[in-house]
Amino acid sequence: MRKKRINALPNLPTPNTPVIIDPEICNGCNRCVQICPSDIYMPNPEKSEPPIIMYPEECWYCGCCLMECPLHTKGANRLNWPLMQRVRWKRKATGEHFRVGMPNPPPPNRRPPV
Amino acid sequence: MPTSLRGLSIKWPYPIEYDKETHIECDVLVLGGGLAGCFAALSAARKSLKVVLVEKSAVLHSGAAGSGIDHWMACPSNPASKVNPEDSTLLPIKKYKGGYGNALADYITAKDSYDVLCELEKMGMKIRDTEDEFEGAPFRDEKSKLLFAYDYDTRTCIRIWGVGMKPSLYKECRRMNVQFCERTMATSLLNEGGLLGGRIIGATGFNTRTGEFYVFSSKATVLCMATPERIWIFSTEWTGLVGRDGPPGNAGNGHAMAWRAGAEFARMESSSHEEWGGSTGIGSVMFGSGSHFATWHPCSLVDAEGKEIPWVDGNGFVITDLASRTRPASGQKFISLVLGGGEGGESSMPRILPDLAERIKHGEYKLPLYADLPGMPECERRVIFGLMVGQEGHTWPVYHNLSQAGFDPDKDLLQVYELSPAPPNWRRLRYGGLVTDWDLRTNLEGLYAGGQILFDGIGASHACCTGRWAGRHAAEYALKTARSAISRAQVDAEKHRIYAPLMQDEGIEWKELECGIAKVMQDYCGDTKTAGLMDMGLKYIEEIREGEATTIYARNPHELMRALEVLDILTCAEMIIHACKARKASNSWLHFKRLDFPDDDPPAWRKWITIRLVQDGVRVGELPLEFYGSLQENYETHSMESGGPAI
Repeated sequence: MRKKRINALPNLPTPNTPVIIDPEICNGCNRCVQICPSDIYMPNPEKSEPPIIMYPEECWYCGCCLMECPLHTKGANRLNWPLMQRVRWKRKATGEHFRVGMPNPPPPNRRPPV
Repeated sequence: MPTSLRGLSIKWPYPIEYDKETHIECDVLVLGGGLAGCFAALSAARKSLKVVLVEKSAVLHSGAAGSGIDHWMACPSNPASKVNPEDSTLLPIKKYKGGYGNALADYITAKDSYDVLCELEKMGMKIRDTEDEFEGAPFRDEKSKLLFAYDYDTRTCIRIWGVGMKPSLYKECRRMNVQFCERTMATSLLNEGGLLGGRIIGATGFNTRTGEFYVFSSKATVLCMATPERIWIFSTEWTGLVGRDGPPGNAGNGHAMAWRAGAEFARMESSSHEEWGGSTGIGSVMFGSGSHFATWHPCSLVDAEGKEIPWVDGNGFVITDLASRTRPASGQKFISLVLGGGEGGESSMPRILPDLAERIKHGEYKLPLYADLPGMPECERRVIFGLMVGQEGHTWPVYHNLSQAGFDPDKDLLQVYELSPAPPNWRRLRYGGLVTDWDLRTNLEGLYAGGQILFDGIGASHACCTGRWAGRHAAEYALKTARSAISRAQVDAEKHRIYAPLMQDEGIEWKELECGIAKVMQDYCGDTKTAGLMDMGLKYIEEIREGEATTIYARNPHELMRALEVLDILTCAEMIIHACKARKASNSWLHFKRLDFPDDDPPAWRKWITIRLVQDGVRVGELPLEFYGSLQENYETHSMESGGPAI
């Protein structure tokens, strides 16, 4: 087994990762910090780095941070529904089952909303 | 620094200014920056008054409709409607709510809602199918290009592109020079002379990032804050602090501060079980799983073997064709969208078999059920998943997440989870709130109210219309009123109260206190109530107030906000028990059951019970159910032109 430092830590709230931010794409503009209705984010002490999700258990998954993110369509962030909310569906013609977050997912449906 | 802390901590990133006190003067002060608050602020700003809007989060996306809204309900005033505002208001209340409705606010909404929707359109929000994507659809009015929901014949509920609602209002408020005070939690109303029940002359608040204290001095104040959502149940392991209709911050701050100032409330005894798991982690994402109602109306459901679940009409008769799900039943004037009704309230709507659960038990249908979007006509499929799910508050991510995961409404059946059992004691306050006159003025001079904080208030159109109305009357009052000196003693007492959690080094955390209050409400003011149980509940609440609550601690301004929310939840819990004690009769319209007074809705108790705080305790009063008098006459007498420049 790989040797690494082992720490004693308090438990985290669950779920604790409501939004996944790609640090390669996020430019740390903190627009999400400004508008989050629950104020779950905090600016990163290091400039231009992604914000910190300080209060993940206060997120209600409204998605406003994604709406306002100037780099959302480039993949800077995505909403991460917790496991207990990853709904299932069935293809009517074939009976195949799918769900949000499944391994080997089907290709995305690219049709935009009305 | 990683985006998720995983046990690390950082230096507080904002300046700490607990010692700073800023005084702000205005003509009209609006507390709460959701739909109602924005409209109230605009009303006053159009009269060229100085308006300050205080909002706990950021106005651009704050409030229950901060991330969108798909329905514009109660709009009989639109050009394609076949229903008049009187019927639209009174018929559902009398027939489906047992008379227990606030027709005053509903009538203002019914009369003004199309006008208000057109205002939103001028501000930039899309309200019609201008691209003709739904040309020829049965829910489209070809002349106005409006799209309707529920009742395609009589047409009073409009499908809208509501993700744009708050951004449009935000821009308009900016344009009209409304001064925003964001990330600011209002904590108390200030009475003239510091006297309970006195005229409201301002408010206090603090910045939830810096801790800075604010004193607002106003000529008129409009309260537009949300209903308490976190009274009976709380768990940090369930996402979003258990909010459903509104954001997690809906803790009842407006209710608590109005109560402490002496405002009068009604319907606070009314609660109901949550109909489905909602948005919390124990359930599924709201409207993000298969459904047939509200946002998903009139979607077909099928069982595990593809067998379609029949619907019944408003009279309870089985219907087999799709068109009958979207028109009134025989003898019905229109499909009444009843919110805040009793157990029989939903019977006005076409819906799936009411005894479906029984039939499943007997093997007639097999679980799980699915929403059969592929089986719907293209226009219905597209309007449900492409428009409604894409626009409803809190469900914008549903469209995007499901699409990203590969869900295709043309091909796929989305699973239905509604038959999952609800957790025990899952109760919510149903529409308890402030009593007002036809000016939407509370019993306190200088204090007006709009939106959900009005008793029996719900819905985006209700919020916008009552907010606009309250703002106009508050402005009118402000124009003929002088500012009054703030009581220093009242401000100092409030400062002492709100900063106390910062002085505690150890004690109770806000979450544990909130869980404890929820448990008291479950055990002593839950499904079945007796005077003895509720007396114990009140005693327990009092003990907590004088005991554990005095030790609540906060380590920074954010925790202080949550701590103060929980102290307000404590106040709301107390208000609810007082109201429950005062109604000495069961009432299924209000989802209210007294074991010691089992008679359901006896004639002597067909009235509103009101409560307010006075010098020597809680004063219980009453109001006739038809307190609103003549709708048409009162509307005409109290209606006001907007004044100011047209937008």
